[in-house]
Amino acid sequence: MNTVIKTRYSAEYSKLEPALPGRSSPWLTALRASALDKFTGNGFPSIREEEWRYTNVSGIEKNLFVPTDQPSSATVDKEWLDRFRLPDCWSFVLVDGYFSAELSQLDGLPEGVVVQSLAKSLDTDAEQVKPYFAQAVSDDEHSFVAFNTAWFCDGLFLKVPKKQALTQPIQLLHVTTQQERLSTTRTIIVLEPMAEAQVIETYVGVEQAYLSAAVTEVFVEANANLTLYKVQCESAKAYHFGGTYVKQARDARFIHHNFAFGGLLARCDIHCDLDNASECDLNGLYLGNQRQHLDNHTRINHLQPNAVSREMYKGVLAGRSRGVFQGRVVVAENAQKTDSQMNNRNLLLSDDAEADTKPQLEIYADDVKCSHGVTVGQLDEKSVFYLQSRCVDEETARNMLTFAFANEMVNKLTIKSLHDLVLNQVLERFPQQGISKDWL
Amino acid sequence: MLNIENLHVSVGDKPILKGINLHIKPGEIHAIMGPNGSGKSTLSHVLSGKSGYTVTEGTVTYDGKDLTEMAPEVRAREGVFLAFQYPVEIPGVSNIYLLKAALNAIRKHQGLSEVDAMDFLMLVKDKVRLLEMDEKFLYRAVNEGFSGGEKKRNEILQMAILEPKLCIMDETDSGLDIDALKIVSEGVNSLRSPERSFVMVTHYQRLLDYIKPDFVHVLAHGQIVKSGGAELALELEEKGYSWVENKQAAA
Ligand SMILES: Nc1ncnc2c1ncn2[C@@H]1O[C@H](COP(=O)(O)OP(=O)(O)OP(=O)(O)O)[C@@H](O)[C@H]1O
Ligand SMILES: [Mg+2]
Repeated sequence: MNTVIKTRYSAEYSKLEPALPGRSSPWLTALRASALDKFTGNGFPSIREEEWRYTNVSGIEKNLFVPTDQPSSATVDKEWLDRFRLPDCWSFVLVDGYFSAELSQLDGLPEGVVVQSLAKSLDTDAEQVKPYFAQAVSDDEHSFVAFNTAWFCDGLFLKVPKKQALTQPIQLLHVTTQQERLSTTRTIIVLEPMAEAQVIETYVGVEQAYLSAAVTEVFVEANANLTLYKVQCESAKAYHFGGTYVKQARDARFIHHNFAFGGLLARCDIHCDLDNASECDLNGLYLGNQRQHLDNHTRINHLQPNAVSREMYKGVLAGRSRGVFQGRVVVAENAQKTDSQMNNRNLLLSDDAEADTKPQLEIYADDVKCSHGVTVGQLDEKSVFYLQSRCVDEETARNMLTFAFANEMVNKLTIKSLHDLVLNQVLERFPQQGISKDWL
Repeated sequence: MLNIENLHVSVGDKPILKGINLHIKPGEIHAIMGPNGSGKSTLSHVLSGKSGYTVTEGTVTYDGKDLTEMAPEVRAREGVFLAFQYPVEIPGVSNIYLLKAALNAIRKHQGLSEVDAMDFLMLVKDKVRLLEMDEKFLYRAVNEGFSGGEKKRNEILQMAILEPKLCIMDETDSGLDIDALKIVSEGVNSLRSPERSFVMVTHYQRLLDYIKPDFVHVLAHGQIVKSGGAELALELEEKGYSWVENKQAAA
């Protein structure tokens, strides 16, 4: 990062600092200070780092993204936002990185369930946050995480107590409303033993260049069950970094559905640490068009025996877009009977589109069942011909097959309203014309 | 209806069909038999317009028009139907949608309006019953997870609904159990009409017991080496293909 940018970010930080939440907790102040040092020292990640070799974020440095010091819901076009809202969900809305009580709907939450602005939690009872904060990911992971630790203004603290099952999903809506805005949020999700919940993270913003940098730390305790969704619909000019770091205790289940649709450059990290007999199921779909760059990094650490991991990521890349998938599975020495499958499939719709896929298996145990497969290619010509032989013209046949390829991931969604939202996003964003829901 | 004259076809540099002559009149049933790799599926594919084949010599005329000039979907809309030897699975596209899209494409081609939703459903259900299939297959993705026999039956379901003029069936009988063979054959027989012709590729006499061909041709090494009536199939069953192949070599 060049010094001009560094100086500007430092100057901004001094302005922001007095207003940051959690100032009264020395542990957090210390963490923030060391994170800020790391960020200032290293700048944004560079392609010289192995985990960033396909993703050049230097474009971010062309702008100075700053957080607002006057958070307000007034800047939100409510009608537009409603298009992304899901009925039958509790909603927790963050505008430009700050919780908006006005736009949120949290009535009727069962007793004992904590759904709170992280800033408020830190200012009123920081001790309940401390056992989790920076425990699923460290600032050494890379400098976006450090950046987030230093700069985050607010976020969500969600805790579902023991044996409690949430009857409705919680939708977490991240909204960015201004050009050159920086939205940095931190989310902590804790499911105590045997708890169950569904959380839907949605990212949207105005059609401008802005930066959203979100870190989500997730703790799925023994035998608890979390389904987390991420629907990333940032503006086509936006930069997005989102990291989800999951710690699963024994017998815990974690299912993730990751839809990467928006952003000029979007990077998503998903890490799962698996304890004994826990299960994770990672699903992803990225749709790239024009000059979009969509990067998904997953890491699954099998730390203990008998855990199961499943992963299926699909990409459809058109125009001059580029998709990156890096999937790492690490099986520790004592993680015997690990059962792991990873798959990444990419469809290239134009000669200028590109997919970089890098599955990595590191296995230190000897009694395991691990497989991985990747494909990058065009449509299966046999299928195109089959449809043509059934009277479908070639262009429509190709569209049908492409849509069907992507729709496999949409079809896994069991929440009707979410399914429809995602399907409509796919239809809207699809590079081809004339795609029809009727085909399904 | 279909006239194939001296048809030579290559894949890359490799000649596969080497001078096929075949004349099919409306209402006729032609069986094509022959050893593995002799070019039977290649002929079916070339007739339905699959890419990757080069016609190096000869002509194919269908209803007076040059078939080789038409895109595969145009051939299909003109009434050429291929029941595949290996039907393709199309995950994510529903069987009933494809049937409707195909039927409407044909109707549009004929200058007719789209089929009425209720009429369509009645027609489909009628044919599903004819082929003794479970209605659930309609709402599944095309061929996805179907057993070998179910796929073949689904091909004939499509054929029954689209009512083509030229039905090309590539080893529809392979993979069908005895009961299914009987049901499918009855389905095919119910489609017989003075305007509709059939080309049936098969290795087995048992299909021809149910659907009696007017002509039987033996394809070997890319050529029709012998043609005859229904009795030729019986003779072949008895004597094997080497009998005709040797005869040709001797000639
Ligand atoms: N795309 C291709 N590339 C190379 N060779 C091909 C191709 N398609 C067909 N062939 C060859 O052409 C020959 C004829 O194949 P075809 O599938 O038409 O045989 P067939 O008579 O249908 O056999 P079967 O009874 O086993 O179905 C075979 O030798 C086959 O290997
Ligand atoms: Mg064949």
